[in-house]
Amino acid sequence: MKSVLPQQRDELELKDKKPLYSAAEAKAEADRCLYCQDAPCIKACPTEIDIPTFIKKIATDNVRGSAKTIFEQNLLGYSCARVCPVEVLCVGACVYNAWHREPIQIGRLQRYATEKATQPGKPPLFTSAPPSGKKVALIGAGPASLACAGYLALQGHAAVIFEKRPYAGGLNTTGIAPYKLHAEDSLHEVEWVQSLGVEVKTGMELGKDIFGKDLLRDYDAVYLGVGLGEDTKLRIPGEEGDGIYGATAWIEAMKLTPTAGRKLGRVLVVGGGNTAIDVARECALLGATEVTMVYRRDAASMSGYHHEMEGARKEGVRLVTRATPVAFERDAQGKLTGLKVAVDGTEQVLPCDMVALAIGQSKMHAIAAEFPGVELDARGCIVADPTNGATGNAKVFSGGDCINGGKEVVNAVADGRNTARYLEQSWK
Amino acid sequence: MADLSIDFAGIRSPNPFWLASAPPANSGEQVMRAFDAGWGGAVWKTLGDPIVNVSSRFGAVDYAGQKVMGFNNIELITDRGLEVNLREIREVKKRYPKHAVIASLMTETKEDWKVLIRRCEDAGVDGLELNFGCPHGMCERGMGSSVGQEPKLLQEITAWTKEFAKTPVLVKLTPNIGDILDPGIAAVKGGADGLSLINTIKSIIGVDLDRMVPEPRVGNASTNGGYCGPAVKPIAMHMVASLARDPEVTIPISGIGGISNWRDAAEFIALGSTSVQVCTAVMHYGFRIVEDMIDGLSNYLDEHGMTSVRQLVGRAIPGFREWGDLDLGYQIVAKIDANKCIGCQLCVAACQDGAHQCIFTGPNDQQRPPHAHYPGTAKAPRPQILGTQAGDRVPWVDEPECVGCNLCALVCPVPGCITMVETSNETGDTWNRRVQEGRDKVPGGIHE
Ligand SMILES: Cc1cc2nc3c(=O)[nH]c(=O)nc-3n(C[C@H](O)[C@H](O)[C@H](O)COP(=O)(O)OP(=O)(O)OC[C@H]3O[C@@H](n4cnc5c(N)ncnc54)[C@H](O)[C@@H]3O)c2cc1C
Ligand SMILES: Cc1cc2nc3c(=O)[nH]c(=O)nc-3n(C[C@H](O)[C@H](O)[C@H](O)COP(=O)(O)O)c2cc1C
Ligand code: SF4
Ligand code: SF4
Ligand code: SF4
Repeated sequence: MKSVLPQQRDELELKDKKPLYSAAEAKAEADRCLYCQDAPCIKACPTEIDIPTFIKKIATDNVRGSAKTIFEQNLLGYSCARVCPVEVLCVGACVYNAWHREPIQIGRLQRYATEKATQPGKPPLFTSAPPSGKKVALIGAGPASLACAGYLALQGHAAVIFEKRPYAGGLNTTGIAPYKLHAEDSLHEVEWVQSLGVEVKTGMELGKDIFGKDLLRDYDAVYLGVGLGEDTKLRIPGEEGDGIYGATAWIEAMKLTPTAGRKLGRVLVVGGGNTAIDVARECALLGATEVTMVYRRDAASMSGYHHEMEGARKEGVRLVTRATPVAFERDAQGKLTGLKVAVDGTEQVLPCDMVALAIGQSKMHAIAAEFPGVELDARGCIVADPTNGATGNAKVFSGGDCINGGKEVVNAVADGRNTARYLEQSWK
Repeated sequence: MADLSIDFAGIRSPNPFWLASAPPANSGEQVMRAFDAGWGGAVWKTLGDPIVNVSSRFGAVDYAGQKVMGFNNIELITDRGLEVNLREIREVKKRYPKHAVIASLMTETKEDWKVLIRRCEDAGVDGLELNFGCPHGMCERGMGSSVGQEPKLLQEITAWTKEFAKTPVLVKLTPNIGDILDPGIAAVKGGADGLSLINTIKSIIGVDLDRMVPEPRVGNASTNGGYCGPAVKPIAMHMVASLARDPEVTIPISGIGGISNWRDAAEFIALGSTSVQVCTAVMHYGFRIVEDMIDGLSNYLDEHGMTSVRQLVGRAIPGFREWGDLDLGYQIVAKIDANKCIGCQLCVAACQDGAHQCIFTGPNDQQRPPHAHYPGTAKAPRPQILGTQAGDRVPWVDEPECVGCNLCALVCPVPGCITMVETSNETGDTWNRRVQEGRDKVPGGIHE
C-alpha cells in the first residue's frame, strides 16, 4: 500500500513533534510510573487501557506483553498513542499532576510499545480463532470500522470493509496533522489490522458501488463507520472560485497528493475548533507568510483544545475573535484578495491569499436512507446505542464520528470495539 | 568539629573510611589518589600467588531506574606479581605515613603464610587482613570461603598467622555461613586482633535469556559469583551487629557491605563497627564519594553532640533486643495527611492485598473482612476527607483495625504523607514475660 502514496508530499516536511522513544528513554519514563491502584489514568482513557500494567511491562522489557495489554482494549493503540489529546485524557489524569510534577508520558510509552511490537518481521501478537461462519460488512475504513473489524476477525468472524476512497484509514490517513501521524504510518496500522484477517476493499462507495439491501441479504450484520461528510460552507458572497478550501479537503490534499510547489502566502482560517487550529498550525509550519484564525466569538468559547492553541501561538498563528465573515473580496481577475468581517458593529477587510473553512462537516443523510429503520437525530447523526452501536435496524450497527458528531479517534475505536464485543456475545 | 580519627586495634587512620580489598585498591597509583581524595585507609587487593582472571567478570542488578543496586563479580585475588605490589606498598607508606595500609592476604600452607606475612611487613604495612571470604575460584582451591566456612580450620590458620605477624591481624569473614558467630568467635579464639565483614555473598546475578547463559558471561558459560553493593547492606549490618553484641567478641570490627554514603557508614558504626570499608560504591562513582562521607559524618556527629567517632561506635546496640523481649502492648496506627496525598492509592492496594484490609476509599462505610478483630462495619470519617491535591481520592484508615504494620507508609511515594502515630506507649508486656507468668498461650491453638 505504501508504494501507492506519492513520494513527495507536503506533509513530509512536517516532522514528528513527539518522536519515538529510544529504549533507554522508554525505560526511564516507564520506571517513573507509580503503578497506581484503581488508576485515574485508566478511567480517563475512553478505551480504558490498563495503563499501569502496560507501562510496568515496558519497565521490565516485556514490550510484546505491553503491546498486547494495549491492543486488548484498543486495537488502534498505535495511532491513538500518537493522535490522542493525552493532555486532556490519560496524561491529564495522572496523579503526578496533583503533585505538581511532570506527568507520565503515557502516549509516548504507548507508541513505543505498539510500534516496537508491530514492526515487520516480529512474530504475530495474536492468533485468530477458527472461522465461525459469521460475516460482517463494514462501511468506511476509518478507526471505528477498523477496530470493530479487527476484533471480529480475532474471534473468527469474517470482516469485510468497504471504503470509498483509494486509501484506508479514514481521517487517520487523510486528516490527522502530519506532525502527529503521517499517512504511511496510518497505512502501516491498516496493514497490521489486515494481518489479523480483515479484508479491506477500497474504491467501493455505499450508495454507488454497493447497496444496503445487498449487504443486509449477504451478511449477518452491517457496521456503519462512515464518519462525517464534506466541509460545510459559509454561503456568503464571493465563496465560489479559487483560493477558498474546505479545511479537511485542504489537509487531505496536503497529506496525500504530490507537492504542488505552491507558496502559501497570507492564510486565513475560519473557525475555532481543533480542525481550525490544526490547519492553521500546518500552514504556519509549511511556511505561510502570515496565518490568522478568524473566530466569531471570544477566545474562551473556542471548542479547540487550549494546549493545541498554545502550540499554534508558539508557531506564530494570530487570532482574531468576535469577527463574523460577511463576504470574500476578489480582484478583477477573480483572484482572492481579502475577507470582509464584521467586528463589534464595524466592518474590516482582512487581506489574504488563501482561506481555509473549518466550520464543521456535513452529516450523511444518504447513508441512513440505505437501511430501513436507521434514523438520524436533529444534528444529523445516526441514532445508535453508545454502549453497543445498535441502531433502529436489528442487523445494523454504527459508531464513531457519524454517531457522536465528531470526537476523537479513541472514541471511534471504543465504539467499534464495543460493537464487536456485543456481536461476539450475542453469537455465542 | 568532631574528631574522625580512629585507632583500630593499633592501626591508626585519619578517618574510618577505608577502601575494601578489591579493584579500587589494586595499585599504588590508585591508593595514593584515594588518599588524596580523603580516604583514611586502604586494604590492598588480596595478595598471594598471582592468578589469571576471566573476561567478563562483573554483573549488576538495576532497579526501577537506578543502576547497580546489586553487583557481583567472579574475579579472583591479584593478578599482579607480589614484588610489584610490595614495591608500591612501600612507596605509598613512604608518601602517606599517617594513612592506614593493610595487606589482604590469601595463601595455603603454613610456610607460605609465613613468607607472605614477612614480606608484607617488610614493605611497611600497618596490618594484615586474612581473606577467608572469597566465594568463587579460590575456595575450590581450598582457600577463601572454604576456610571461612570451617571454624576449626579458620582458627588454626589465624593462630599460625599470629605466630608470624608483628602487626595486627584482621580476619575477613564470609557471609556464606549458617551463623556468623561460629567463624567470628573462632577468629577471636585464634587470636585475631580485629574482624572484617562481610565479604561477598554467593550469587547468580542474572541469566542472558537469549543465549541461555548466566551472567557475567565467559564465552558460553558462567559460574556463581560474589554479591555486594547496596542490596547486601541489611545482611551485612545484621552480621556485624550479631558479632558486636556477643560478649566473646572483644576485638574491633571493620564493617563492609553496601556502604555508599555517610549515613550507611554511620549505621554500621552505630551497630558496632570501628572502621568501614567500601568497594562497590567506589567502583560505581569513584573515589570522590568519600568527600560526602567525611563531611556528612562529621556534621552528623556535631549535630548530635558527639565529639569523636568513638562515641558513635555501638550506640545502637542496646536498642537491639531479642524478639521475645519486645513490647507486645505498644501500638501505632497509620494517619494519612489528606493535603499531601496525591491519590495514587498504592496504600489501598498494599493494605487490601498485602496487609490487614483496613484502608478504604470513598465516602461510604465498609464491611470489614471476616477475619477482622472488630466485626461489623468500618466507619468512614464524616465529612469525607478531601485532599487539596487528590480531592476525593484520598483513602481513609479504619483505625481500630490498623495493626500498625507500616506497609502503607512504606509504599506511599510522597514523603511525610503517611505517618505512623503512637496510640499507646510501651507496657512492659513481652513474650518472655508472658512465658514466665504462664500467659503464653493465646486462644485458638493446636490443643484446643
Ligand atoms: C482535521 C482533523 C484533525 C483531527 N485530529 C485529530 C487528532 O489529532 N486526534 C484525534 O484523536 N482525533 C482527531 N480528529 C478526529 C478523528 O479523526 C475522528 O474522530 C475519527 O477519525 C473518527 O473515526 P471514524 O472511523 O468514525 O470516521 P473517519 O475516520 O472519518 O472514517 C470514515 C471513513 O468512511 C469512509 N466513507 C464515508 N462514506 C462512505 C461511503 N458511502 N462508502 C464507503 N466509505 C465511506 C470515508 O472515506 C472514511 O475513510 C481529527 C479530525 C479532523 C477532521
Ligand atoms: C570486583 C571485586 C573484587 C573483589 N576482590 C576482593 C579481594 O580480592 N579480596 C577481598 O577480600 N575481597 C574482595 N572483594 C570483596 C570486597 O572487598 C567487599 O568485601 C565486598 O565487595 C562488599 O563491599 P561493598 O558492598 O562495598 O562492595 C571484591 C569485590 C569485588 C566487587
Ligand atoms: S488510547 Fe489515548 S487516551 Fe487511552 S491511554 Fe492511549 S493515549 Fe491515552
Ligand atoms: S496515574 Fe500516572 S503514575 Fe498512576 S498509574 Fe497512571 S500513569 Fe502511572
Ligand atoms: S499511598 Fe500515599 S499518596 Fe498514595 S493514596 Fe495512599 S496516602 Fe495518598
